[in-house]
Amino acid sequence: MSRPQLRPRAAGSPVPGGVPAVACERLGFSFDSVRAVDRVCFEVQPGEVFGLLGPNGAGKTTTIRILTTLLPPQEGSAHVFGIDVRKHPMAVRAALGYVPQQLSVDAQLSGYENVWLFARLYGIPRRERAARIHDALETVGLADAARRLASTYSGGMVRRLELAQALVNRPRLLVLDEPTIGLDPIARGDVHERILQLVREQTMTVLLTTHYMEEADQLCDRVALMHRGRIRALGSPAELKAALGPGASLEDVFRHHAGHDLEEGGTLREVRTTRRGLGRFG
Amino acid sequence: MRSVPRAAVSGVSVEGPSSPPSPWLSFPERALTFCLAELRRIRHDRTELYTRAVQPALWLLIFGKTFSHLRSIPTAGLPYLDYLAPGIMAQSALFIAIFYGITIIWERDFGMLTKLLATPTPRSALVTGKAFAAGVRGISQVVIVILLSAILGVTLDYNLLHLLGAVAVILLGSAFFSTLSMAIAGIVLTRERLMGIGQAITMPLFFASNALYPVSLMPRWLQAIGFANPLSYEVDALRGLLLGLPTSLGTDFVALVVAAFAGVTTASLLVGRLAR
Ligand SMILES: Nc1ncnc2c1ncn2[C@@H]1O[C@H](COP(=O)(O)OP(=O)(O)O)[C@@H](O)[C@H]1O
Ligand SMILES: [Mg+2]
Repeated sequence: MSRPQLRPRAAGSPVPGGVPAVACERLGFSFDSVRAVDRVCFEVQPGEVFGLLGPNGAGKTTTIRILTTLLPPQEGSAHVFGIDVRKHPMAVRAALGYVPQQLSVDAQLSGYENVWLFARLYGIPRRERAARIHDALETVGLADAARRLASTYSGGMVRRLELAQALVNRPRLLVLDEPTIGLDPIARGDVHERILQLVREQTMTVLLTTHYMEEADQLCDRVALMHRGRIRALGSPAELKAALGPGASLEDVFRHHAGHDLEEGGTLREVRTTRRGLGRFG
Repeated sequence: MRSVPRAAVSGVSVEGPSSPPSPWLSFPERALTFCLAELRRIRHDRTELYTRAVQPALWLLIFGKTFSHLRSIPTAGLPYLDYLAPGIMAQSALFIAIFYGITIIWERDFGMLTKLLATPTPRSALVTGKAFAAGVRGISQVVIVILLSAILGVTLDYNLLHLLGAVAVILLGSAFFSTLSMAIAGIVLTRERLMGIGQAITMPLFFASNALYPVSLMPRWLQAIGFANPLSYEVDALRGLLLGLPTSLGTDFVALVVAAFAGVTTASLLVGRLAR
């Protein structure tokens, strides 16, 4: 799948005077002895698809958790559309749609009910609710399967349902943690298509994490390469590759910036949290 | 929630989410969401309703019938089976509530809890909602024990107001025990440990209450526990409502409301630990 060139805007160029969708300023977070996020700075401009790219354990999920107000920043600051995540978590949450890395549908509820639950929790008024739920399911192509229990869904359908749960809020910022992990290539391509469609048609800003280099290459306007809690390089995939020389892949760029200790990331904990919840469906 | 500086929010004018001014205004609606979701889950899978009927049936049939013959327990002149029925009602709701924290650990092990906590839902609304969702399951036990009682010839008071009162008592009692369970979940963080603790405290809670016999029969040190045990107030209120015994309903309700409130507060503070 090649990168569609349908979006008429200058990717990543800051809107003059505009408030960035995400702004991290020397963000830091440690779990006991593990420095999960280390002086992370980046900005995401409205309308852009921004990727945090890095191996397991790089600190991507921790960064996302701070931005979604699930963890308070220990150092530095983070703003979403100018709102401080520490001071106004509720306002930040209202602007977000978040799809966590792990399985986040309720297998005991139908597809419709899974979206309905979030429609209520996002405080969508009763008279708009049914239409919004329908829209969200329609957008991810699950309108026909809406009455079925989520436990009967395939892996790709579950991922799309998770997307619908986040979309029902019509978020200004969509946060996707490893959106295609554990999916087969066809389902992965399908999820890519839907993300791009959202950005095109609904002027949404997307912040995603991935450890698939091709995914970052295909989807993202700009990427931040993350390794051991730090951002090692930042730019559009084309820029980053060009800087290294002709014919370089994003993987080469990564090796260049992260050194050769790429493979040792991945303790049992990371393997477990990465795989957890994937085998449960289909 | 304080208001957000206007200038800070008006970055890009997208037809933004039409969110209500304050998430606290819609607290009851958000809490209710979890109860409605629980009802839908029950509707999709009714097996638990049936399997949950087995225990109270055994208690009433075997324990109740046997002790009816012994006549060793002072029951204010009632047949022992009648005296026991409200106790078993509260007990089986307790068994559901005390393990309810497992659902929250389950939701955490998958990504559901993080997704829920990333919505503009105050943690206390989530905890309150889950607490009463446990009560929704507990109410099924009211129905089961009433049906069993009818079969066994127990004469309960079927006055609608009293039945509604019993439902309220079960909701409050379940709210306390399920928030206790969620608070423990927030501390121990794993299903295995919560199961272990749940199992360790269920029977003591049950025996150190007036579910099977009046507190006055217990040794003095156990009486102290019996009086501090919300289950005793739950059973007392149920006996007052369903058997017409002269119990102190007012005190019972106050005790249950205070216990439920304390439970929700404690669990709300601890449940965030599960998002770490
Ligand atoms: N809840 C936690 N407790 C302890 N350590 C954690 C926790 N979550 C993450 N870590 C550690 O923090 C580091 C970054 O993890 P994470 O942000 O999940 O990385 P990624 O999402 O890039 O795979 C890893 O070393 C991981 O082991
Ligand atoms: Mg991760």
